[in-house]
Amino acid sequence: MTQINETKPVETNASKASEKVVQRSSFALTMRRILKDPALLTAVVFIVILSLIAIFSPLVAYWTGHDPNAQFRETGMSPFGLPVGPNGEFLLGADQLGRDVLVRLAYGARISLAVGVLAAFASAVIGITIGMISGFFGGWVDVVLGRVMDLVMSVPFLLCALALVSVFGPSLTLSIGVIVFFSWTTMGRVIRAETASLTKREFIEASRSLGASPLSILLRDILPNLSVPIIVYTTMMIPSSIVFEATLSFLGLGITPPTASWGGMLADAGANSVYLVAWWLVVFPGLALLMSTLAFNILGDGLRDALDPKGRRIKPRKKKGNTLFGWLAKGKASEGGTHQ
Amino acid sequence: MPLIEAHNVTIRIPTEDGVIYAANSISFSVEAGEVFGIAGESGSGKSVLMQAITGLLPGAEITGEVLFQGQDLLKMSQKELQDLRGSHIGMVFQDPLSSLHPYFTIGSQITEMIHTHRKISAEEARALTVDMLEKVGIEDAESRFDDYPHQFSGGMRQRVMIAMALVLHPPLIIADEPTTALDVTVQVQIMDLLDEMRRTFGTTVIMITHDLGLLANIADHAMVMYAGTRLEIGATESLFSNPAHPYTLGLLKSSPSSQETGGKSLEPIQGNPPSLLDRPRACIFAERCPQVQNQCRSARPPLQKYDDGAEALCHFSAHDTQAMTVDTGLQKSASKRPIVVDVQDVRLTFHAKSMFGKKRSTEVLKGINLQIHKGETFGLVGESGCGKSTLARVIAGLIPASAGEVTLDGVPILSVTGQRWRQMRRHVQLVFQDPVGSLNPRRRIGAIIGDPFRIHDVAHGAEQKKKVQELMEMVGLNPEHYNRFPSEFSGGQRQRIGIARALALKPSLIIFDEPVSALDVSIQAQILNLMQELQRDLNLTYLFISHDLSVVRHVCDKIAVMDAGQIVELNQSDKLFAEPTHPFTRKLLDAIQDPPPLQESSARKLVETEPAAAVFDGAVMEASL
Repeated sequence: MTQINETKPVETNASKASEKVVQRSSFALTMRRILKDPALLTAVVFIVILSLIAIFSPLVAYWTGHDPNAQFRETGMSPFGLPVGPNGEFLLGADQLGRDVLVRLAYGARISLAVGVLAAFASAVIGITIGMISGFFGGWVDVVLGRVMDLVMSVPFLLCALALVSVFGPSLTLSIGVIVFFSWTTMGRVIRAETASLTKREFIEASRSLGASPLSILLRDILPNLSVPIIVYTTMMIPSSIVFEATLSFLGLGITPPTASWGGMLADAGANSVYLVAWWLVVFPGLALLMSTLAFNILGDGLRDALDPKGRRIKPRKKKGNTLFGWLAKGKASEGGTHQ
Repeated sequence: MPLIEAHNVTIRIPTEDGVIYAANSISFSVEAGEVFGIAGESGSGKSVLMQAITGLLPGAEITGEVLFQGQDLLKMSQKELQDLRGSHIGMVFQDPLSSLHPYFTIGSQITEMIHTHRKISAEEARALTVDMLEKVGIEDAESRFDDYPHQFSGGMRQRVMIAMALVLHPPLIIADEPTTALDVTVQVQIMDLLDEMRRTFGTTVIMITHDLGLLANIADHAMVMYAGTRLEIGATESLFSNPAHPYTLGLLKSSPSSQETGGKSLEPIQGNPPSLLDRPRACIFAERCPQVQNQCRSARPPLQKYDDGAEALCHFSAHDTQAMTVDTGLQKSASKRPIVVDVQDVRLTFHAKSMFGKKRSTEVLKGINLQIHKGETFGLVGESGCGKSTLARVIAGLIPASAGEVTLDGVPILSVTGQRWRQMRRHVQLVFQDPVGSLNPRRRIGAIIGDPFRIHDVAHGAEQKKKVQELMEMVGLNPEHYNRFPSEFSGGQRQRIGIARALALKPSLIIFDEPVSALDVSIQAQILNLMQELQRDLNLTYLFISHDLSVVRHVCDKIAVMDAGQIVELNQSDKLFAEPTHPFTRKLLDAIQDPPPLQESSARKLVETEPAAAVFDGAVMEASL
């Protein structure tokens, strides 16, 4: 065993070196990147505020003194029966029935976020399961599941939703169900492709050669390596679910009135062309919808960059009187990976 | 006058992790018409240096000067460099498959380059190209002009790359590991071609490689780099036969030579290369140097100049530290030992079915017979695509064979299924080529090495941890690193992890599939030694697959040479090397490039010692001007 003892300095040397040069863990690196991305931070702040408003919407109702479904025909409407615009009492105006738009927006955020998050998670779970099975086993399993995904993708979303609602009647569960049914395929395809490429890697072969069962390989070897696409695509599915829900509500297929939802508010504004005299009925729900979708999209995008395991070059430090690198400054610096 | 001259080139690459000190005050000069070699392990900065010189390294801070035909390359604009690349500096890269565009014909890719630099008609360009393709040995060049890269073999593609680099007769060619991706026999052809082209056109060649044997046989002058620092430069012959720097000496002593017989352990360079994020201080090699003194850790080494033109960056001159050649006593009388693996007429045919057209079948293994005895190392050698890795997977039971039988410890393994198959997995283990790819990046080392215990229900919890830590100690890893992730280890350490995992269930046979080909020479020697120690201590049986004959000869008792799915020659390794009978074996043996043997005494004299300050701070001063 003499030789083995002699090889030990390998370790001590390596640990010495790592003390001097701080090797950042992937978590620390991700946090550093997140903190350096102002767009991502803004999006996070917006989402946090939106969630707080949604959770504490009864407080908003209490503070303004307006119940979301109460109609204030005296104060919220002009003598001609038209809604009043933003003023001291109705901060964002009142709608055609004299209800407070601000309170209804806050309550609508509950619906939007609940539907967005629930639907995204449910479709992620379905997409991951089917994608992993399809990618790992390949062969006829892959062919069948792949065709199922193609089939789902080719069913017209609105026609199907209309048909279902006319049979079962509009409800929250049905909206979520319809959204999940139509959005798991995106996740499924991404996970299928990732799993298929991971399955060819040597560490999977190593596990197989040790005699590990397919379930153990899927859960212990493949799933942890899919964490990045799962996080990113689940985040990206939230905004599309929010828009799906708004679309359904707009068409009167989603949340049943008088419960407030952003899509429903937009539909109400369009119903009797009230928006011609009351712009706030379109602008505020529309903005809320736009901003939250944008925030979730930016979050997903930013997370993808931050979780990218590849190290990135940064711009060269500026030096005085060094014209040599003038051409480098013209955006060239952002190109390419490390040339090691 | 030298064709290209570099003075104190320093390269810093700013990254998210900090500044990478990629090259520290490197100087060299290359005379017209010679071959200049740059040797070094991965991460030593040899490729980065060439990229910086040719302006292919955006985002780096480069100081110093590089004079090419009297002009400073580092001061040129991007446009000027662009005109220079191709017409005055040709380049050949490592991987000819990825450096040729798959959607264009090779002819159009070469003529495109001609048209970029010269105003000539399409016919003239075509004629030039065809002429050059013929010169680099592409037969029937006129018709192959319109072929696509995938229609050429690896070696032919590299010829096309060389034709592309040479077609405008540039005075300088930079070849970055031009033969690393190729088989040994093809490697020889490409090196001969480069040499011939150099003689025909008088081209100067800068060759970057990690293969010292190759360099010793082709280069006139060479420089050895380590962690971005030039440790030694000089004429190739004296550099390799009489190295002035301990690192060069260490590299040479850790490469297995095909001249020597096995049974001796190599002398690896201990430790791992330093991080390039570290600002170089004192002697950069001090941590791993066998003859290190206190001085080396505190002061920057001076530049020592010798009378034969060699220069080394060291406080002392290299000398042999007490050679610790341990006779591992592996001379075995193998035939009397029990047979562990018996492969009988194994055949494997892949059928390609398509909806239209006929069934096609490819025969990968054409009747393989071999026996491996207990405690021996059986080598399997062949070029890429000969079926050696496939055979290993058939023996490991991962790929079912079409015909034949493999018997392991007397149990036929090809016919077992289900639970018995899982049981059988205990007895054969694999160690993979790629130490990065074979470990799950998202699991901790403890879990990876403990996997066999978990899967086969051998040990749990504290007992498993204890067993894993014993294994880690056995392969020379620090047991305290139980909870680390694979990315926190270097290549050599990861290969130790792979070996520990393979040892866990005390298998009858361990299959090593090119275990050291992804590692640097100095690390390779550590792993090969570890393998031999483990075999001696635990009486293990190895099947060792490699394309590198020197390595195979170093570790194996018996060698089988494979070509196109068949074993063409099988013999004791000494006999195989002494009297090869099959022409393919002879071809392989002829392709080996060894560095010249080390000389015992040094005839050279130290003429001048340039103090460290002038070497290092000169660059800093220049940069601040």
